[in-house]
Parts: sequence; C-alpha cells; structure tokens
Amino acid sequence: MPLRGTIVVDENLCKACELCVEACPQHVIGLNAEIITPRGFHPAHLIKDECTGCGICALVCPEAAITVYREKRGAQG
Amino acid sequence: MVALDIKDMEIVYRHPDSLVDISTHYCPGCTHGIAHRLVAEVIDEMGLAKRTIGVASVGCSAFSYNYFDFDFVQSPHGRAPAMATGVKRSRPDRIVFTYQGDGDMISIGAGEIIAAAGRGENITVIFLNNANYGMTGGQMAPTTLPGMKTTSSPNGRDVEQTGYPILASELLATQQGASYIARRSLHDPKNIRMAKKAIRLAFETQVRGLGFSMVELLSTCPTNWHMTPANATKWLEEKMLPYYPIGDYKVHPELSELKV
Repeated sequence: MPLRGTIVVDENLCKACELCVEACPQHVIGLNAEIITPRGFHPAHLIKDECTGCGICALVCPEAAITVYREKRGAQG
Repeated sequence: MVALDIKDMEIVYRHPDSLVDISTHYCPGCTHGIAHRLVAEVIDEMGLAKRTIGVASVGCSAFSYNYFDFDFVQSPHGRAPAMATGVKRSRPDRIVFTYQGDGDMISIGAGEIIAAAGRGENITVIFLNNANYGMTGGQMAPTTLPGMKTTSSPNGRDVEQTGYPILASELLATQQGASYIARRSLHDPKNIRMAKKAIRLAFETQVRGLGFSMVELLSTCPTNWHMTPANATKWLEEKMLPYYPIGDYKVHPELSELKV
C-alpha cells in the first residue's frame, strides 16, 4: 500500500482555478460546491481517499493555498 | 472518507515564509502566483530574506510588493533595472532583484534592461512573458505571437506591419556582462520544478558576484486569452513553446559546476 497523504486548502486563498484538479495524478481533487469563500469561489478539496501526498497540487497552485501532509515512513501498521 | 490525523503526518509542502498570507489581486489561474511562490521558496531556502530588496515594476506585477515579506521598492514603468542598479550600488551587501512583465521589461524598459545587462550589474531579473499587456486589458505587446488576436490586434498580429516578437533571452545572452540567462515555462509540474532551479541559479549568480542574471518565465494570462486556466496552459505548451524554446542561453562556467 502506498503512503497516504492529505491536503488542507486555505479557503481564503483558493480561487477555484482548477489547475490542481487538472494536475492531480490520482484525480482526487474537486471543487467543493457546498462552500462559497469570501471572494465568491468554490474552493478545492479532496473528493476521494487515494491522496498519496505527492505535492503536485501544491506545485501548480498559483495561490500557495495548499498544505500537503504525508504519512511518516514506517507508520503503517 | 477516512479522516487522517494531520498531527501525526509530515509536512510535504506549506506556504513559504517569505510570501505574505493574503489573497493576491491576480486572476484565478494566473501563473504570476506560481512565479511569486518560486521566488519566495528560493529566498527562504537560501536564507536571504533579511537582506533582500525587490524592485517592483508597472503592470500586473506592480503590486508584488504587497505579497513578498521582505523589503520592496516600486519603480516607474520599465525603469526597474535602473532603480535596482542604484539600490545595489549603494548597498552592495543586499540581494537585489526586479520582478517585471513583458510589457514593462521588453517594450518601454528595453533600453534599461539591455544597458543593465551590458554593464554586468550584479542584479537578478525575474521576467514574466505572457504575450500581452495583462493589466490594461490584453493589448498587443512586443512578445505577442504572430497571428495572435489581442484587443489592439483584433485580426491577429500582422508581422508585415508590427514586426516579429522580441526574443528577450536570446537578446540578453549576447551581452558580455550577462552571466546567467535562461528561459523556463510555468505550464506543468516538471517545468515549474525546472523554473525553480533556474531562479535558484540566478540568485546564486548574484550571491557569488558574477554579474547580471535573468530568468524568463513563460506565463499564462487566462483572462485576456479568453480561456480557462487549464486550456491556457495547453495553449502555452502548443503555441508559445515552439516560438520561445526553453533552455539556458548563457551560463557562467562557475555556475555550470554548481548543483542546486
């Protein structure tokens, strides 16, 4: 099983440009239609569990809105 | 979805310290934000934040002083290299860089940039090329591609009348004073990583006192190109890359041995 990761999107920074949605190799990012940010966008969020914490979404994010976390190696039981 | 406890996890990526934690004025999907982030990451990695002075230009990049968490000055249109020269000569211990767009640097500021490169001023230039004047509404710039439609070339750029796009990297690489000239693109993850390495090398050039360094970053302008951000990156790859090939146009021998 690959290492698992997750992302935290800063909703004040995200502008819903969808570059992370396009770039995600696991296709696990989508826009959250239930939230509207102060600037009027639907922010990005994880839609599936399969995030590996590769960090490519953060690499293409123009707003530096994404913090990427990954399981420590050896943490899997 | 199973909630993961982020307290037990390692951070792979977080907001750079040198970037202020506020929303930018850039349009959604504009790669200016990526360029800002890469510069901030490089400054953080090199530990230069306490002694860096940035010079903002005119255009969309004018407000970059709001987003970097170190000293910044704002220059008149196209005059950022001249101002950076003054700052660097009066405070040689400081790291001085300019952040300019194509309308600023290679049209009205073409004289300044060529003179600064010719003098071998020990400054770094971050140059964003998005093939139009973004802030004023997408007019034709010197870098607009042949046949490209803009608000001031509604039938496409006619090279018979308005000439060919100016190749800034090739032009500056011919100057004796230039030590590091490279062109990179910001359209996909691999190229963004390469762009970061180029920006790092440009700042290493200045830290080592080798002379003028410039990184040209091919950038998207989704609003004025009338495309979605994802389509704009594809358009950049298909249309701009053939005309503006990425690569190193001049590398000082001392830099070519450097691993970053």
